[in-house]
Amino acid sequence: MTTYTLLTLVALIAFGFLVGRRRAIAWAGKSLKTHSRPRYHGYYVGLWAGVPALALLLLSLISAGALIDMMVLAGMPEEVIESRSDSELDLLLASVKNTAAGVGFVSDDPVVLAAAEHLNELQVGSEWVTSASVIALVLAGLLFAGRRISPSFGARPAVEKAVKVGMIACAGLAIVTTAGIMFALFFESLRFFERYDALDFIFGTTWSPQTAIREDQVGSSGAFGAIPVFAGTALIAAVAMAVAVPIGLRSAIYLAEYASKRMRAIVKPVLEILAGVPTIVYGFFAVLTVAPLFRDAGVLIGLPIAANSALAAGVVMGAMIIPFVSSLTEDAIRRVPKELRDGSDALGATKSETIRRTILPAATPGIVAGILLAVSRAIGETMIVVMAAGLTANLTANPFEAVTTVTVQIVSNLTGDTSFDSAKTLSAFALGLTLFVITIFLNLFAIGVRRKYQETYE
Amino acid sequence: MSPDFGRHLRKRRAAERRFRWYGIAAITIALGVLATLFFTLIREGYTAFVQTEIALDVHLDAEIIDPDGVRDPEKLSRVRYNRIVEAALIDAVGGPGAVDPAGLDEIVSSGAQFILRDIVLADPGLIGQTVRVWLPTSSNVDQANKGYVSRDLPQSQRRITNAQFDVLDRLEAGGRMQLVFNSALFVNADSRQPELAGLWGAIVGSFYTLVVCFLLAFPIGIGAAIYLEEFARKGRLTDLIEVNINNLAAVPSIVFGLLGLAVFIQAFGLPRSASLVGGFVLALMTLPTIIIATRASLKAVPSSIRDAATALGASKLQATFHHVLPLALPGILTGSIIGMAQALGETAPLLMIGMNAFITEAPGGLTEGATALPSQIYLWADSSERGFVERTSAGILVLLAFLLVMNGIAIYLRKRFERRW
Repeated sequence: MTTYTLLTLVALIAFGFLVGRRRAIAWAGKSLKTHSRPRYHGYYVGLWAGVPALALLLLSLISAGALIDMMVLAGMPEEVIESRSDSELDLLLASVKNTAAGVGFVSDDPVVLAAAEHLNELQVGSEWVTSASVIALVLAGLLFAGRRISPSFGARPAVEKAVKVGMIACAGLAIVTTAGIMFALFFESLRFFERYDALDFIFGTTWSPQTAIREDQVGSSGAFGAIPVFAGTALIAAVAMAVAVPIGLRSAIYLAEYASKRMRAIVKPVLEILAGVPTIVYGFFAVLTVAPLFRDAGVLIGLPIAANSALAAGVVMGAMIIPFVSSLTEDAIRRVPKELRDGSDALGATKSETIRRTILPAATPGIVAGILLAVSRAIGETMIVVMAAGLTANLTANPFEAVTTVTVQIVSNLTGDTSFDSAKTLSAFALGLTLFVITIFLNLFAIGVRRKYQETYE
Repeated sequence: MSPDFGRHLRKRRAAERRFRWYGIAAITIALGVLATLFFTLIREGYTAFVQTEIALDVHLDAEIIDPDGVRDPEKLSRVRYNRIVEAALIDAVGGPGAVDPAGLDEIVSSGAQFILRDIVLADPGLIGQTVRVWLPTSSNVDQANKGYVSRDLPQSQRRITNAQFDVLDRLEAGGRMQLVFNSALFVNADSRQPELAGLWGAIVGSFYTLVVCFLLAFPIGIGAAIYLEEFARKGRLTDLIEVNINNLAAVPSIVFGLLGLAVFIQAFGLPRSASLVGGFVLALMTLPTIIIATRASLKAVPSSIRDAATALGASKLQATFHHVLPLALPGILTGSIIGMAQALGETAPLLMIGMNAFITEAPGGLTEGATALPSQIYLWADSSERGFVERTSAGILVLLAFLLVMNGIAIYLRKRFERRW
C-alpha cells in the first residue's frame, strides 16, 4: 500500500513538473515576458506537490505504529488492562500482533483474538487514511502552485529559497543527531538511575550486572559500581597508547624529516592501511595470534598471563592507532615555520638536535591534540576489546590480567536481551552516556589546545 | 681542536644516528605488524576457499524414494535421503563389514541429503538408476583432509576417529576425494554446520545497508557541506553546526548504535536486525566524513569560477550547482566512497541493533532480519569449531577484498579526475 502511494506520489510530482514547465513554455510561445525560465516553474509546482505530501507520509510511517498500539489497548476490556503491569501489557500486545499477522505463537484467547481483529482493521484503515490524505495533499499542492505561477511570478527565487532551506535542514541534522544522542542516552540513563543510585554507579567498586531472575536467588542482585569498568578501560587504553605514541611519533618524525620523497610516497599509504582495516579484523587477530603468543611467552618466563589479558587487547589496539598518531604528528611538525628550523641549523645544531630542541617543542600543542584524539579513540574502540578483553570486572593495574571495558559491558548487557526494564540493559545507556561525555570532552579539549597554541606562530 | 671537542662531536653524531635508527625501527615495527596481520589471515583463511568432496555412486532406490511410483514432488522432497547417502558410502569403501560402521554418518556433510533431494526433484527420471555425485564432506573430515588433524594425537583428543581415518584412506585410495572451489562460501547464507555456512546472506545484508546509508548520507552530506561552505554567514549557528560535525566525527561508533536502538527501534518501532535501521545508523555515522570531504573539495574550487558564473548573470545557487559542484564532484565521490568503506567495516553499531542474529537466508527486503559482513565475521569468530576459524579468516579476506576494491576506486577517481588549480 505504502509502495503504491509512493509510486503515485512520484508520478504526480513528475506530472506537476511537466505541467508547470509546459505552461511556462506556452507563455514564451505567446511571447509574454516571463520572470523565470520554464524549468523553474516546473520545479516550483513539483516542490509544492511533493514536499508536504512526503512529510505527511513520513510522519504517518513513524507515528502510525504507536498510535495503533494505543488504540488497540484502548479497545480491550478494561479489566484486562487494569490487571496487568506495563511489561505484561507489552507481552500481550506482542501476542496480539503475532496473532494478527498469523506468525509465530498464535493465541486462542478470545480477548487476544478480538484485539487482533481490531488491530487488522485499524491497520487497513490507517493505510487507507494515510494514502487518501497524502494523495489529497499532493493534489492540493498541485492546485495551489498551479494557480500561483504566472509570467510575472518569481519561480526561480522561490525554488532557490526552498533549496536553501533544504540545505540548512541538512546541516542542522548534525545538531539534531547530537541532540538525539544526548536525549536518548540521558533519558535511558535516568531510568537506570531510578533503579540504581547514581553515586553508587560513579563511585562503586563492584560491577556484576547479573540481576536475579527469581526473587530468592542469592548473590546476584546486580551491582553497578562502574569504577572497575572505567579502570579496565583506562588500563587497556594506557597499554594502547604506550604502543601507539612512541611508534607513531618516531615514524612521523622520520617520515617528515628524514625519509626521501619516494620512501614517503610508499610508506605513508601503507601505514594508512593499518587505520583502514576494520576493527573486527584486529579483534580476531588479537584472539587468534597475539593473545596466545603472549600467554606462551608468559609461560616461558614463568609469568601468568591471562588468555584475554589487557596486554594483548591493548597492544593490538595500539597497532590500530599508530597511523592516527603518526599522521596527526606529521601535520603538526609540518606546520612549524621554516624560520625556526633555519635558526637552529644556523646555530650549528645537528638535524636530530633541531628536531628535539626546536621543532618538537614548537609542534607540541598539535601533537598533544593528536594524542588526546587517539586516547578518545582508544576509549571508544569496541570490537577489539569485545573479542579480546575480559567480561568480568576486575579492579587491577596489572596488564597481564583480564579486565573489562565500558564498551564490552555495553555490548554484553545489550545483546540478546531485548527487555528494556531491567537495570542490566539500562546500565548500558548510563555507560554509553559516560563514554559520550568523556569523548566529547577530550575532543573539545584537543581542539582547544590546538587553537590556543597554534596561533603563536601564525 | 681540543680532544674534548672531538669526543663531544662524536657523541652528537652517534646521537644523530641513533635518532634516525629509532625512526626506521618504528616504521619497521608498524609495517611488520601489518605484514603479520595479513600473513596470519591468509595462512588461516586460504584453505576455506576450497572444500573436500567425495564421489559416491548413489543408487536412487525406487523402493525407498518413490514406493508408489507416482513421482509426487511433495513426497519426493520428504524422503530421508541420508539413508541413501550412507548406503552409497558403505558401498564406496568396500561394502558392509569392510569398515567399522561407527562414525560413518559423520563423514558426509549433513547438507548432502538436500543436494541429493534437489537432484531427484530436478530430474525424477533418475529414480531407480545409480548416479555418481560429488558430495561435500563434514567440516571435521574437511579439516582432516586439509591436514589440520594430526594422526599422531591419541584418538580421544581429535575429532576424527581411527575408524573414520580408515574410511577416508579408502576413499582417497579409490580416487573418490578431491578439493574443489568452495562455492558454498559465496552462495549459502549462515548455517550451524561450518561446511555449509556461507557469506551470501551477509553480502546481501551489507549491500542493502550500504545502499540505505549512501542514499541518505550522500545527498544530505552534500547539502550540508554546500550550505556551510558557500552560503552560511559566520555566526553562532554556523559555529555550533561545525563544532557538532567535528564532535560527531569523534564519537565512538557504539554510541551511534545506542542511538539507533533507543530512537529507531524503541521509539519509532522499526524492526530489529533490519538493514534499514543499519543503514540509518551508518548514515548518521558516515555523514561527518562526507561533509568534511565535500567541504574540502568545494574549498579547492577557485573563486574565479564562481565570479565568472555570477558575472554572466547566474544566481549564487546556479553558480554553485552548475559550476562549482560538478568541478568538486570527483573529490566528493572519493571522500564518500572512503566513508562507505568505513561504514562497510563497522561492526559495533550493528551489534546494538541486532544485526548479529543467526539468519539462514539472505534478506529479501530492507525490513527483514539480516546480518552484514562484519557482524557475520563476529558471529563466526565466536564459534569454537575449527571449521569456523577457517571461515572467519576467509570472511575477513572477502571483507578486505571489498574494502580494497572500494578504496581502489576512490584512488583511481582521485588520480584520474582531480584537478589541481
